[in-house]
Amino acid sequence: MGKFLRTVFLVDLLQGLWVTFRNQRPKYIYTEQYPAERPKVAERYRGAPRLNINPDNGETLCIACNLCALACPENLIVVGSERNEQTRRKELTYFTYDISRCMFCGLCEDACPVDALELTQDFELASYTREGAIWDRQMLEEGPRPTQYRC
Amino acid sequence: MPETTFLDANELVINMGPQHPSTHGVLRVILKLDGEKVLGTECVIGYLHRGVEKIGENRTYQMFAPYVDRMDYVAAVSNGLGYCLAVEKLLNVEAPPRAQAVRVILTELNRITSHLLWLGTHALDIGAITPVFYCFREREEALKIFENYCGARLTTHAFRIGGLQYELYDGFEQEVRAFCDMFLPKVDEYEELLTHNRIWVQRLKGVGILTGEECKEYGVTGPVLRAAGVKWDLRKAQPYSGYEQYEFDIPTGQNADTYDRYLVRMQEMRQSIRIIRQAVEKIPTGPIMGKVGKVVKPPTGEAYVSIEAPKGELGYFVVSDNSTQPYRVRVRPPSFINLQALDRMVRGALVADVVAIIGTLDIVLGEVDR
Repeated sequence: MGKFLRTVFLVDLLQGLWVTFRNQRPKYIYTEQYPAERPKVAERYRGAPRLNINPDNGETLCIACNLCALACPENLIVVGSERNEQTRRKELTYFTYDISRCMFCGLCEDACPVDALELTQDFELASYTREGAIWDRQMLEEGPRPTQYRC
Repeated sequence: MPETTFLDANELVINMGPQHPSTHGVLRVILKLDGEKVLGTECVIGYLHRGVEKIGENRTYQMFAPYVDRMDYVAAVSNGLGYCLAVEKLLNVEAPPRAQAVRVILTELNRITSHLLWLGTHALDIGAITPVFYCFREREEALKIFENYCGARLTTHAFRIGGLQYELYDGFEQEVRAFCDMFLPKVDEYEELLTHNRIWVQRLKGVGILTGEECKEYGVTGPVLRAAGVKWDLRKAQPYSGYEQYEFDIPTGQNADTYDRYLVRMQEMRQSIRIIRQAVEKIPTGPIMGKVGKVVKPPTGEAYVSIEAPKGELGYFVVSDNSTQPYRVRVRPPSFINLQALDRMVRGALVADVVAIIGTLDIVLGEVDR
């Protein structure tokens, strides 16, 4: 009898509707208004790569050891180096990083012994051309400069 | 299969997929129909084949770890754990206790996110649109913990061979505890929405029955097997990563139908919270990385490790020839094996039930095709 009454009075459906009604509060909104409101990604977020420079003199921290290129599963890092005859040390000449093939696994930054290569919190990596996805040393040092829209 | 159909009409062959929203990816099911009744099916897979196992033969052991995340991308952490455990078995090392506790917490959180995605999409397939929003809302909270911990939300690459790469961040325990407290009432909320809902019950009860015997014949594991009343969970049967320290129950069903699978998965989420609560209370201190060198070069041999992934038994078979690259990596993906049972389950069902049955198997095509 009770089951019959519950069926007639749509108790199961009303119960569900009550749940929906309870969840109407605006504080439960999770949608981000993306271009206007920029998401705050985590500190450890693995985004665009950056080649760190020494802030005091602007020289690169990279010692051209090639470990990141060896660690990369996709072989997308190319490190060019030249031996400086005066200081007898290897110096970085060029550094390319192919963003289009990167899967942001973070193995390159783990491999870097001097914390020169780092995956940063920048996540806007779109470019208009295929070539634009291959970042050279200058781009890696400056980082991406996406247009920031504000309302 | 019967030769003649109802009223001697011709049997109708239609394609469901590969771009059907209810096939959860790119699964193509060729349905042979007699009116609304399904006479037989044939699954066509491979649209998402990337040759992950072959890639493994051309990468070093560490390099292959991010690729396994891309098989079952809904439960990437479990995949990573399975692979790391297999290579650790080859190397004969064990992750330190602290790493093991963190691994348990993260894989259980991942089980919850995987089940939440399953619940949302399964309900969406059947016609209940509300749960998907609620599920994704809670999933977001768990994904935030992943993002804070390892820097990625979906393809996490959270574990390394021998332990962990990242130390816990400040406030990890609080966040996980807050998630547990927040999440349990939400499971009740989903149950309130669905469990007694007459449309939900009528669409699921008695649909896609796969008995325990049939499950064993097909090799079906995971919640599908447990809903058939077989108490089989690898976390209890062959504990790995310190699961023997935690107290939890194995939820089982009796009717082996789609509705019981739903109930089993809901219970599993509660049990996961129970495990996380126990694990987060006693994360041991100590190192997070075992004695593994920079170059992983296991001795010649082979290792098979299977873990209880959210979808079933996930096994990794790694063969080493004493070089830095695996000689062979074979994956036993739960979705692939579970998908075999689809034909058995849909025979005699209606077309609308096919959607429900594909949903209840909880397949991820990235894992089926590899």
